[in-house]
Amino acid sequence: MVASTQDDGFVVFEHVQKSYDGETLVVKDLNLTIGQGEFLTMLGPSGSGKTTCLMMLAGFETATHGDIRLDGRPINTVPPHKRGIGMVFQNYALFPHMTVGENLSFPLEVRGMSRSDRERKIKRALDMVQMGAFANRRPAQLSGGQQQRIALARALVFDPQLVLMDEPLGALDKQLREHMQFEIKHLHESLGITVVYVTHDQGEALTMSDRIAVFNDGRIQQLAPPDELYERPRNSFVASFIGENNRLPGVIEEIAEGRALVRLDTGELIDATPVNVSHKGQKTLVSIRPERVEYKPEMLPPNAHLIEAEVMEFIYMGDIFRTRLRVAGSEEFVIKSRNTLGQRMLQPGERIRIGWAPQDARALDPL
Amino acid sequence: MKKALILSTALTAVAFSAAAEQITVMSWGGAYTTSQVEAFHKPFTAETGIGVVSVDADNPATPLKAMVEANNVSVDVVDVNTSDAVRLCDEGQLEEIDPAMLPPAPDGTPATEDFLPGALSECAVGNIVYSMIVAYDESKFPDEKPQTIADFFDTSKFPGKRAMWKSAKTTLEMALMGDGVPAAEVYDVLDTQEGVERAFAKLASIKGDLIWWEAGAQPVQLLADGEVAMTTAYNGRIFAAAVSENKPFVPIWDGQVYEYDLFVIPKGAPNLEAAKKFVAFATGTQPLADQAKWISYGPARKSSAPLVGLYQDGQTEMAPHMPTAEANLTNALPSSYEFWVDHDTELEERFNAWLAN
Amino acid sequence: MADATTDLAAPTPGRLTTADGRPLKAALGRAQSRARRRAFLLVLPLLLFIVITFIVPIGQMLHRSIHNDGFSRNMPQLSQWFADTEPGTEPDEVAYAALAADLKGAAEAKTIGIVGTRVNYEMPGTRSLFTSTGRKARGFEPPYREAVLEADPKWGNPSLWGTMRQVSRAYSPNFFLASVDLARDNEGNIVRAPQERRVYVMLFQRTFLIAGLITVLCLLLGFPIAHLLATLPLRTSNLLMILVLLPFWTSLLVRTTSWIVLLQGQGVVNNSLVATGLISDANRIQMIYNQTGTIIAMTHILLPFMILPLYSVMRPIPPSYVRAARSLGASSWTAFRRIYLPQTLPGIGAGALLVFILGVGYYITPALVGGASGQLISNLIAFHMQDSLNWSLAAALAAVLLAAVLILYWLYDRLVGIDNLKLG
Repeated sequence: MVASTQDDGFVVFEHVQKSYDGETLVVKDLNLTIGQGEFLTMLGPSGSGKTTCLMMLAGFETATHGDIRLDGRPINTVPPHKRGIGMVFQNYALFPHMTVGENLSFPLEVRGMSRSDRERKIKRALDMVQMGAFANRRPAQLSGGQQQRIALARALVFDPQLVLMDEPLGALDKQLREHMQFEIKHLHESLGITVVYVTHDQGEALTMSDRIAVFNDGRIQQLAPPDELYERPRNSFVASFIGENNRLPGVIEEIAEGRALVRLDTGELIDATPVNVSHKGQKTLVSIRPERVEYKPEMLPPNAHLIEAEVMEFIYMGDIFRTRLRVAGSEEFVIKSRNTLGQRMLQPGERIRIGWAPQDARALDPL
Repeated sequence: MKKALILSTALTAVAFSAAAEQITVMSWGGAYTTSQVEAFHKPFTAETGIGVVSVDADNPATPLKAMVEANNVSVDVVDVNTSDAVRLCDEGQLEEIDPAMLPPAPDGTPATEDFLPGALSECAVGNIVYSMIVAYDESKFPDEKPQTIADFFDTSKFPGKRAMWKSAKTTLEMALMGDGVPAAEVYDVLDTQEGVERAFAKLASIKGDLIWWEAGAQPVQLLADGEVAMTTAYNGRIFAAAVSENKPFVPIWDGQVYEYDLFVIPKGAPNLEAAKKFVAFATGTQPLADQAKWISYGPARKSSAPLVGLYQDGQTEMAPHMPTAEANLTNALPSSYEFWVDHDTELEERFNAWLAN
Repeated sequence: MADATTDLAAPTPGRLTTADGRPLKAALGRAQSRARRRAFLLVLPLLLFIVITFIVPIGQMLHRSIHNDGFSRNMPQLSQWFADTEPGTEPDEVAYAALAADLKGAAEAKTIGIVGTRVNYEMPGTRSLFTSTGRKARGFEPPYREAVLEADPKWGNPSLWGTMRQVSRAYSPNFFLASVDLARDNEGNIVRAPQERRVYVMLFQRTFLIAGLITVLCLLLGFPIAHLLATLPLRTSNLLMILVLLPFWTSLLVRTTSWIVLLQGQGVVNNSLVATGLISDANRIQMIYNQTGTIIAMTHILLPFMILPLYSVMRPIPPSYVRAARSLGASSWTAFRRIYLPQTLPGIGAGALLVFILGVGYYITPALVGGASGQLISNLIAFHMQDSLNWSLAAALAAVLLAAVLILYWLYDRLVGIDNLKLG
């Protein structure tokens, strides 16, 4: 179910801009195409414009400029209740004066559905989220996770093609959140609906999405499947926002054939893959994932550059070891190694040499 | 121990009262209270050293009754109208006042003969005569001016809205006089069922043009705002507006209903002796005459009349503005408290019912 | 430690006990009673305050509405004679002797006026009969019947004796009867008051009608404002809230007077209408000194009491409810009617109840701007408190009003549920 259909343009944002005060743009020239059946996540820090995009799609905000199309139809002037989009809200927005059943019945009633049809659909939707026994409860009598399921069932009960979710799991505790992530993902796959999901939790985004649009400062910084986003961040913001990452500032010393040699500010030379740097003498920030750093020379390519490091702290975390090093003047350099048979526990004060495969270190724009 | 306590308490009380003896006088507020402060309170304090605190109420008889019934009297002298004075006296809520303690007139006439008839009673000493009169706005009637109480009820000859006091009292009497009943016969007529019907019928003839006022300041405001062309009002208020504010208001003395305001002392007054002293002082010939300098209400003593001089502006002769001036008494009705103590319940209820329907 | 665990875990038939063997309930009660005592001591001042300033006066008021001993206390011998004889008994020499003695006693005690006033409430025109005969009572000598009748032949009137019999008992339903336009005739039968004196039932109806109308107007005007306040950013809404509350900070009389300035015949509104040619000078609209004036001024004065509870209910309703409804396919009207409105019901109930109850009791405003047709029952209660000084009748009228309001409250509780009330 990977986004093979993204080119048919089920949802299209075209040069969309949004300003609330007429002075600053919250969304700056947004172009985004979402395919039918895709699970797309809008990820970004608060104030990055992701929720505004979602609200424009739902019809609660109007675009200041540009077009939004749904299934080929421009929807800029279509009121929210005629868009046929299901939506799950951050705090669920279950109507407190209605029972669970009445909450689910509401979208069907306003569509003029007959009583028997309604009951059938409500039962199906409740069963889908394993809440069949709760139709007569009030929302206030349910736990957070149960409310979440009801909100999901309500957004799905009228069979929308597109479902929007605005940080739907934000109020749940960690364990429940992870459980619900799988349930939502499962529902998405079994129903074949298109989901646009907003979150600021990168773990959630990586777990669930077909593609992730990373938002910052009103723009999409990178739009890519989770693995690509993690492995090949296109700029420093994405690299630092997704996953853990060590950063070493320096200047390009040599650059050729997809390889670069970077002179760190402290004088050492390291290998890197140039991403958005192009010529010698350019300032850069080299980004390396902690799990890609190696300190056993036999594991490294023969011509790899190595640099000196001093162990500052060793943390035993069960499945992995996490070691903090002093590297090139910084004490925040972290490496992670799997707890495999024979893996050595480094001692604080120990001096080692570390290195990496050139394709694992990405020379990016300086922040 | 106990004795010492009592003794010290008594000493404290004596010391306290000696240091600051003062009485509290309750009156109706506004220009009227001012006239009393100027003519009575200040000279009294100057002569006796007893301070006078002045408090006001819409109708002082109401708080007086409440205080006496609650056995918690905090005022010493109260200014009330005749029917309330008689009624409160009959209900035992007032101290008796012996007329012998009142000073005689300057020529030696004893107080009992110097006061106008009805101004002295068992529990009360009259101070002023005030009057309910008709007044009109001259600018509203450029040609023929209204002259009589009958003109008040004639809205075809003198068009314009009217205002009257929202009370059966004075209103019914004026209605009868407006219907042609001479002042002397008003209460005889009003004592009969037909007379009451006649009075209400007269009021009904202009009901659509009538606005009802409750506080004494309202009719003057209604005239000034142009809301009404004619109104009933207390003569002092009209005088004040006409003379000190140069309003084109003209009083019609024909059909006026006048009565007394009197000083009474509530039963249980905290400073009984000082209160009596105050009443005797304030109702003396000179203070009563002085009061007229501040407000156009007539003194209740005959001997005060010749002493009435100029208004505080220094140029208006007060005598012709008094309800008791000879020229103003040609068709004037002294309000009958005997009638009203018997009939107020019945007639006020009927008046309220008539108003509301 | 291990033992304690076993004890707790073991299913204990009967009562639970603490470690030293005392019943658990008793121990808990003891532990809590101290806290309860302290809590009670803390609320005690308020309790006393309410009892002294609220419950006792209202109790006295209610008592006064059925109890008036003006006659029985001051005419003890005659009251005794009435108690000893059957209703309708012709007054004999014994009765006249008792009357003469009581009149003499009351005149000396200066309570004759109270007696006269009490009888006068029921039978107008008799007050002076008591005071004047009282003055002559000192000279009465047997046979008393002749002596009294000679002083004033009105004493022979059987209605007067019927009335005196009625008032000779301190407890009497007469004031309540009067407050609903009923009376008792000489035989004690309940009859309607004469046509020209019936006023209270009509005024009660008018009062409830006008208060209801004002409640509806306040709701219609206040709902959009409260909604606006609840949805605006806090800074803006706080500023606007000050404007809403401004009337609270000006005195009632100032507000009422400003309505007079605006609405009177020569007032701002009429002048503007004449100036713009909408109405002719001769046809100025009468908006004050009638019911219209009462309704306009009271709606203004009571509006904050509607807005505040509405606002406090609306403020915490997140906009996501209506958005959710819209996303689920509801038009804005449906979303309002089915989702927003039901959630504001506690505020509507509280506001309506407040406005209605306050509206029923207002009297200064109707007195100043209501003219004759805008008078409410409270104006007559005030009249009997302040002018006629017939406090028993005022108390009876107030008690009827209180009962009506309590019934309303009870109805509200039955229909909406009082726990569904949010006052702010």
